[in-house]
Amino acid sequence: MIGFGLIKGLSVTFRNLFSPVFTVQYPDKRVGVFGLAKSKNKSVFELIKNEPKQFLFAFIGLAKVKVKVEQFPRFRGNEFVWYDDRCTACASCAKYCPLGIIEIVTHASGENLQAGENYAIDKFDIDTGRCMFCGLCVEACPYDALHMGTDFERGNYHRAKLVLNKETLISQDKNPSSWFRPQFEEKEYNPWDSDLSDYKDAGRHEKPSYEKIKQRWVNKRKFNG
Amino acid sequence: MSIKSEPITINLGPQHPSTHGVFRMRVTFDGETIIDVEPIFGYLHRGSEKLAEERTYTQVVTLTDRMDYVSSMLNNQGYILAVEKLTNIQPEPRGVWLRMIASELQRIASHLVAIGFLIQDLGAWGTPLTYSMREREKILQMFEMLCGARITNSYMRPGGVFMDAPQQFWDSLSSFIDEFPAAVDELERLLTSNEIIFSRTKGVAILTPEQAINASITGPILRSTGVPWDLRKNDPYDYYEKVDFDIPVHDAGDNYSRYLLRVQEMRESLKIVKQCVDFIEPGPVRPHHDQVPFLIRPPKGDCYVAIEGSKGELGFYLVSDGSISPYRWHVRSSSLINLTLLREMLVGTLFGDLFVTFGGIDINMGEVDR
Ligand code: SF4
Ligand code: SF4
Repeated sequence: MIGFGLIKGLSVTFRNLFSPVFTVQYPDKRVGVFGLAKSKNKSVFELIKNEPKQFLFAFIGLAKVKVKVEQFPRFRGNEFVWYDDRCTACASCAKYCPLGIIEIVTHASGENLQAGENYAIDKFDIDTGRCMFCGLCVEACPYDALHMGTDFERGNYHRAKLVLNKETLISQDKNPSSWFRPQFEEKEYNPWDSDLSDYKDAGRHEKPSYEKIKQRWVNKRKFNG
Repeated sequence: MSIKSEPITINLGPQHPSTHGVFRMRVTFDGETIIDVEPIFGYLHRGSEKLAEERTYTQVVTLTDRMDYVSSMLNNQGYILAVEKLTNIQPEPRGVWLRMIASELQRIASHLVAIGFLIQDLGAWGTPLTYSMREREKILQMFEMLCGARITNSYMRPGGVFMDAPQQFWDSLSSFIDEFPAAVDELERLLTSNEIIFSRTKGVAILTPEQAINASITGPILRSTGVPWDLRKNDPYDYYEKVDFDIPVHDAGDNYSRYLLRVQEMRESLKIVKQCVDFIEPGPVRPHHDQVPFLIRPPKGDCYVAIEGSKGELGFYLVSDGSISPYRWHVRSSSLINLTLLREMLVGTLFGDLFVTFGGIDINMGEVDR
């Protein structure tokens, strides 16, 4: 019968009219009075009492709250997490990057040689403006010094500002993603809840102390006779 | 009184909302009827094949993501199979099963996009597209759990995949397997017996099996003409021999049968995913880096590996000169070859059918131009 298929199709859209909304308003969501109260963790009465202006805005439908999209721990974001103390300046990351956008400049440091600090890092630049966030540099890092970050929305008007230099990398928040870091996943790590500012927590193994390395060398030499 | 008319040539694209990317056509009309079509490619050429010549074999995986950006996992799989064949790498079984799960999910996602945009090209702005995007979103979220990215996955590595799937992934996969058949049913109820879709797609842009085979058309378009040719069955790679699935075939060869075929293929893909989940066993997902290092040096030689992509035969030809990067990398992209019969399909149809046919062929300009 002609028209039956159309009716059948329209019944699907009609049923979905009453089903829960699955689209997400991003980055801000318009909310009503109750939504605003919930986002501020207050009751509606408190809202009227303390912030009558906000309440009025929400009442006429103009209030907006920030939306957080669902993400997963392996998310490869527009940011890198780098631990100065773990990095030996081996430049494996720079060699493995398909685009060659990691720039490392070092000089011989002359101290703490056997603990892997033969080189002091003068420059550690990652040009995120050209990065494609493939994560190969993270896969390459043998000392778990470099991790993918989980931040995004880092739009900028200047290309030069997209370059992450050594100072920024050291000072910024450290929420590494668990991409290629199985040790994080074992601990049910969630990058948005925890902050891994201590370099010791970030690796598969701790960086051995100078004493330990010396001990090991001595032992090995003894063993080899 | 008769009205004198003469053919008019219109330039469609490269920036046109319904050409699925930057694609240009010179179309000659006689009134509303198309009398000639000349496709012009190359507006999205990024030189991926040349770029590969200065990258190592593992780094090239990132380039394959960007070819057909709605089926990155399938591109990954095809390329990795070519590297494995060239280097004689024995993949780890768990890695292979994960690869199959990922690529079948990607096939579903790609077909969902194809169906959504076919209906969008018919003029139904939004509604069916939203239904298919809702399902695709679930798949993309699973990819984010697997590998941290939704489109540019770079999930696979020579010898398997880069990392095992997290527990979260298995949970959402099992709920996806339960829910997806109902979602396809809903999509079918919405579209399959719709009279508008009948009248716009049935009998439009018909291809005969002879034409399709002569032009080496592959994928859903070939199967919609009645030729049961699917590389997963006819030349099995990975573990496709071990799973049981059917190849849907239609023989009308028009846009409607292409649509129907994609719907059925999604159901078959889900069947494969289900079996993969049953077959998969714990174990390593990629060989130890002693066996497969980051810098692979395949012996001198060449190889061609083709897989059944979402749009047809996706082939990778690699030539090695024994160094760490390919001497030549060539991609046989299915979209490009499926487009070559555009003139045969479109001459004699109306202007409105042009875009519907585009949706029916399901091209991706990223793959056409590479
Ligand atoms: S994520 Fe990829 S492109 Fe970006 S710096 Fe690392 S290796 Fe290079
Ligand atoms: S690979 Fe790791 S340890 Fe080596 S230079 Fe890069 S960040 Fe530092």
